[in-house]
Amino acid sequence: MFARLLYESFRRQKRRKLLAGVAITLGVAVATAMIAVATDIGDKINRELRSYGANLLVTPQEDTIDVEIGGVNLKPPSDGNFLSEADLPKIKGTFWRHNILGFSPMLPVNISVGNPTHSQDATLVGTYFAKHLTFGKDQFTTGVRNTHPWWKVNGSWPADDSSDVLIGEHLAQKLQLHTGDTLTLAGQGYHIAGLLSTGGAEDGQIIAPLPVAQRLLGKPDAVRRVYVSALTKPEDALARRDPKTMSGELWDRWYCSPYVQSIAYQLQEAIPHSHAEQIRQVAQNEGTVLSRIKGLMLLITLAALFASALAVSAAMATAIFERRREVGLMKALGAGNLAVAALFFAESTLLALLSGVTGFFGGSWLAYRIGRSIFDSQITIEPVLFPIIMAIAVVVTFAGSAAAIRRAVKFDPVFALRGDA
Amino acid sequence: MSTPASSIAKRRAAAPHTSMFLRMLVRAAVLRRGRAASALLAMVVAAAVATAMMNLYVDMQAKLRKEFRSYGANIVVVGKDGTSLPPDALQKVETTLGGRGVAVPFAYVVARTANGQSVVGVGTDFERVQKLNRWWSVSAWPSGTGQALVGMRAQPVVSLEGKPFDLTFQGRAIHLNPAGTLQTGAAEDSRVYLSMPEFLAWSGVQTTTIEIAANGTAEEVNGVVSRLAEALPVAEVRPVRQIVEGEARVLGKTRATVYAAAILIVLTAALCVLATLTGWVFDRRKDFAIMKALGASESLISGFFAAEAASLGAVGATLGFIIGIGIAAWIGRVNFNAPVVPRFSVFPVVLAGSIAVALLSAIVPMSLLRRVQPAIILKGE
Repeated sequence: MFARLLYESFRRQKRRKLLAGVAITLGVAVATAMIAVATDIGDKINRELRSYGANLLVTPQEDTIDVEIGGVNLKPPSDGNFLSEADLPKIKGTFWRHNILGFSPMLPVNISVGNPTHSQDATLVGTYFAKHLTFGKDQFTTGVRNTHPWWKVNGSWPADDSSDVLIGEHLAQKLQLHTGDTLTLAGQGYHIAGLLSTGGAEDGQIIAPLPVAQRLLGKPDAVRRVYVSALTKPEDALARRDPKTMSGELWDRWYCSPYVQSIAYQLQEAIPHSHAEQIRQVAQNEGTVLSRIKGLMLLITLAALFASALAVSAAMATAIFERRREVGLMKALGAGNLAVAALFFAESTLLALLSGVTGFFGGSWLAYRIGRSIFDSQITIEPVLFPIIMAIAVVVTFAGSAAAIRRAVKFDPVFALRGDA
Repeated sequence: MSTPASSIAKRRAAAPHTSMFLRMLVRAAVLRRGRAASALLAMVVAAAVATAMMNLYVDMQAKLRKEFRSYGANIVVVGKDGTSLPPDALQKVETTLGGRGVAVPFAYVVARTANGQSVVGVGTDFERVQKLNRWWSVSAWPSGTGQALVGMRAQPVVSLEGKPFDLTFQGRAIHLNPAGTLQTGAAEDSRVYLSMPEFLAWSGVQTTTIEIAANGTAEEVNGVVSRLAEALPVAEVRPVRQIVEGEARVLGKTRATVYAAAILIVLTAALCVLATLTGWVFDRRKDFAIMKALGASESLISGFFAAEAASLGAVGATLGFIIGIGIAAWIGRVNFNAPVVPRFSVFPVVLAGSIAVALLSAIVPMSLLRRVQPAIILKGE
């Protein structure tokens, strides 16, 4: 009898059930989408923050100081120590290799450029543009095109194995050089593939593939410094502690957290005779910006959950309130309060489950669309979210119905049937 | 106002229709308190959430921009071809900025240490640099004359164990006390910083670079760049692309996400109102039928229900606006440590939206009811 009542209720009151169902579906969909976006936003924004460039710098351990003003090196470049280019792929062998999004080696060389009548000193920097490297079975592409995304080239990017170069736009203007011209350095001609604009010191420099700089310097395999771009976790109290004073367990936790300090430590381990340090301008500010955006999304998600909970409760309350007459009839026929309440709760639960499933998939689709259109990448929906969302849907539907059911059950059947509600 | 009876009579004579109309509106709300309250509650919540989201969306950008300014300078002014800037350059920059940002002068020379090593000496304004480059990790800032800030990597070269040291530039020497060390992880680590007046007296080199952190939107910063270029024709003014583009990217993505969230939330709230109000109007089909049976015209009844919905929307929007501003302020305080400034320009939007949704939710059941004979409704079928 109970099952039949339930079945008939759904069969005969399609419009009302549909209305309540739509409200629950929408509420659940919005909640799912917002929770999925909020849990993933940290990772997404962290990646976007990488457009500020590298946050770690690797230099030779016994490095002498730089004498550099406005991007012009005023010191004999053969001075000091170098890192070995052959060691660089090892960066992808560190514990946090998946957090390292890219790295670019730099080798500055002092050169003199120009025609015989007007020549001037300039810096040529050898680097990777988009170099294919292999470490073990891993294949990856790295270079300034992903660590320095604000570099713009008017022309084309040189290939890493060519001897084409990029020339900074200020230097090009001064020397009256254009894309496609030939630049003579140390008696050899280099094809200019494009003009580089960065808004920084590179505008007055020449950027070349690393082997070109090594040849000009006469030091094959040499690298002066390496810029590393890594996804990091915002600094906390543990990150700021000195790893030398940590106990074993604490040290393990520090080592296995992607703090900028622990990634620097692992880079030092991977590259012999190196010193790695955070670039504080980038590394220190990431944390604050990230936590602000994450906090904002969390609070907005709370607002969304609140709004959808209210929408669901309001729909349920309306749906039950409209059925006073039915309650009156059931009670007049001798149904107890318990039986009436049980019927309504069973209906609510069924409705919540059906709409919850639809809402969850609708919400997943919404989150997917948001991820695609805003971040150009997928927002992952954790499977564990499904039972949580379903539980929330049932609880909210229950809570929304409870007050209305209580009122409906308390109602005197005589008044209900006469329609004096 | 002599006697109540005569005043009522006067009022009736003046506006009988209006008074009856108002009375019906008020009585309908008072008699069905429960239903009216739940419809109003839905309205208030929707308006509050919409207000909070709109307020937050407008204010969030300003708040986040402030956070982004801690990345440091977004504009750099340098002398053309490596020359020094004119002595009044900083003053001109300050006038152009008009207090909306920080400008820090820098002057560079290559000096020699006592044992002949080259090191870059920089003159700057320590007070301003503290405001501009908050990521500088400094053990102690110089406070008196003859004190210098020594970069981490320059320290072993110029002053082992923190002893006083000499720097020479073009034959002129200066005696300096290291006040503290500086660590940034970049080029600054290899330099020695001293205060501008001392630097100028020692080397005679004027300011060569001014770094500026200008507040405001991308357009405002571009405006500052072009005004600076106009005010300082001898200098080269350029935006720091690394900072400007990074900021634009992160801000753009965050804005788009909050925008999508705001639309979803406002839509849910509006649907919640639509569902509740449709029920509330549908529930009053008996009133509708009686009015019609008593001879009220269709337009009068429509007007009555429309006025009811509109007043519900207006009251709900006003209450919701106040609550929404409170929510936005709370979020601002919790997340940004600064309250979100209430934007009263949002109010007309919320008000219009609320009334529109309320009217919309009245129209649907009305058009359904209009087709039905009053007798059928009154019979209760």
